[in-house]
Amino acid sequence: MSHPDRRRFLQMSAAGIGAATMAGGFPALASAADSPFKPEKGAALQLLRWKGFVKRDDEVWAENTAKFEKATGIKVTIDALSWPDVTPKAALAAQVGSGPDIIMGWNDDPFVYPDKLVDMTDLAEHVGKAHGGYFDTAHTYCFDPEVKRWVSQPIGVTGNALVYRKSWAKEAGFAEFPKDFDGMLKLARGLKKNGHPCGFSLGHAVGDANGWTHWVLWGFGGKQANPDNSIAINSAETTHALEYAKQLYETMIAGVAGWLDPNNNQAFLAGQLGLTMNGISIWASSKEKPEIYADVANVVPPYGPSKQHTIFNNFTSAFIFKYSKYPQAAKEYLRFMLDTPQADPWVTGMVGYVTPALKGYADLPVWTSNPNITPYRDAMAGAKFDGFNGKPGKAAAQALDEFVIVDMFADVCVNNMAVKDSIAKAEKRLATIYKR
Amino acid sequence: MTGRPQILARLDSPRVLGYVLIAPAAVLLLGLLAYPLVLGVWLSMTSASLGNAGEFVGLKNYATILDDPIFRGAAAFSVLYTVCAEIGKLTLGLALALILNQRFRGYRAARSLMLLPWVAPTVLSALAWLWLLDPQFSALSWLLIKLHLIETNIDFLGHAWPARFSLIVVNIWRGLPYFAIGYLAGLQGISKDLYEAAAIDGATGWQAFRRITWPLLAPITTILVAFSSIFTLTDFQLIWTMTRGGPTDSTQVFTTLAYQRAITGGQLGEGAAIAVAPIVFMVVLAVIVVRSVRER
Repeated sequence: MSHPDRRRFLQMSAAGIGAATMAGGFPALASAADSPFKPEKGAALQLLRWKGFVKRDDEVWAENTAKFEKATGIKVTIDALSWPDVTPKAALAAQVGSGPDIIMGWNDDPFVYPDKLVDMTDLAEHVGKAHGGYFDTAHTYCFDPEVKRWVSQPIGVTGNALVYRKSWAKEAGFAEFPKDFDGMLKLARGLKKNGHPCGFSLGHAVGDANGWTHWVLWGFGGKQANPDNSIAINSAETTHALEYAKQLYETMIAGVAGWLDPNNNQAFLAGQLGLTMNGISIWASSKEKPEIYADVANVVPPYGPSKQHTIFNNFTSAFIFKYSKYPQAAKEYLRFMLDTPQADPWVTGMVGYVTPALKGYADLPVWTSNPNITPYRDAMAGAKFDGFNGKPGKAAAQALDEFVIVDMFADVCVNNMAVKDSIAKAEKRLATIYKR
Repeated sequence: MTGRPQILARLDSPRVLGYVLIAPAAVLLLGLLAYPLVLGVWLSMTSASLGNAGEFVGLKNYATILDDPIFRGAAAFSVLYTVCAEIGKLTLGLALALILNQRFRGYRAARSLMLLPWVAPTVLSALAWLWLLDPQFSALSWLLIKLHLIETNIDFLGHAWPARFSLIVVNIWRGLPYFAIGYLAGLQGISKDLYEAAAIDGATGWQAFRRITWPLLAPITTILVAFSSIFTLTDFQLIWTMTRGGPTDSTQVFTTLAYQRAITGGQLGEGAAIAVAPIVFMVVLAVIVVRSVRER
């Protein structure tokens, strides 16, 4: 699907202006002139974002920022922190009323302090209209139904897929990746038997542990809450999910309960893992190890008995605090960064590490340039949100931050707790959180 | 022009001058220590969340955390972590000080090197230990395998008790120099005459240690243990960097749980109640320190 901005960009390229567009300068100025956001005089911005696992993500973002600075004269300072450190820093900014103008946070961070945030409705609607609209999850995470406005500008997800070694899967009897949970368990058993176990974090790993446990829970039809936010974790579906996870855990490499986010990347790249769940960073980093790079495959995780896409990804969006003196400049910066001349090289440069929330970017050539990248294109389309199937918001964010679902799985798999006890423990914890 | 001489005359009074001289320190203490403490206690009795001042709820937050098994686990591990780490640091620190109190070739270099774990940034040493204890790439496991003592890697951080034990060991490693240097200073202050007199009386090395060294080190022991216990009870960086309170909240302590609830979870009131809880222990330790100093 092509969208107006992309078409216009290609037309401009054909007319010979494309070269100038890639280099920044005039087209950026022209684009800024069309923008409804008029930066304040003397504006300067501070952006806090997370540090990517793929080098080109940070690099191209900085290059695009330099283009913005050149086009507008607005200085933008970028502070990059590791993933888990952004949420607390944003929380402190909200509390003390001072800090970065723009924060690229995670999941439903903005729902924790919506009153402190600038109304982003004009920007979100403008950008959405220009780039083919948003995937549903973006709306869920950034449009706060309580205050009835967009509180954050959707950016995208660091998409999750299953990453495995093709030759080892073949050795285990799987020329193709299995299409269902049972098949995947058989593959995991085969890999373990041949000395190439799988590994999925059961530690307090923000991205990895939450990613696979939610995928299995939802895959069996389990859910944390109902749409009215009543707790729904105690169900036969959750029981089946935990029983499945227990069997899968028996095929895993030792030590996964202590894994934080970098561990599965390191183990996979050291040739110790046959299968894991991750973003595209493992494949992208494996380029330095040709023997692994040629053998790595990324696939969309199979469906569970619920017969639907149940991926959980870390969603990132940008929000502006009301204390910022330059909200219009901040909006213009975000509009600029998500415009095709900037977003295309950003997504392409980081080979799809972030899957944009804008539907218009699903047809970028990078997605089909290599079969290993394609699964990440669909990460947004199939994504569910934390706290599913309850309301996104403070309670869902807190349950995620406190690793309630991850610990429920770890209790069964690692601590040998009875399934019903583990569910009861999680149910009690969720009830406390949702009552706050 | 009688004002100036009058002020100077008043300053001549030790009582007035004393208050004037301690005033800057008192202001700093009140502003930087007392205010945050009072604010923390106040927050713990409110329903404050991020961006929301909340309402006064009395002791509700305390009732909530006391009913929470994760808090009870964190409190128990905080105490265990502190007690075990202090015993380890005291024993090994004293042993190290006794060794370093001897004159041997390179003793000056050894005394300097001993301080490294103490002066290295906690996060860096925690990351280094994270590698040493990594389930897949642990150098310790590798060494033990090479020595044919074990066959497979040890899962140091993947199960509750090994993870707790590992954190205690790392804390001992980091805090050991504090005890060693304190004891070394204490040992050097003991008169050699006492040992010579004991030797003339036929005292054995153990008897000299028990009757001379240990009693004379008692005051410094009290101060070292009390201060170190306060640092250990409020340790955050080491645990957060290595386990983030996992697996399954088994290594949560007061500080990590308070951070998780208040900062990442946004529940300032509940987080403040968790943070205030160890103050009881710390006040006891502070009283011990103050009394010990007075007695000296």
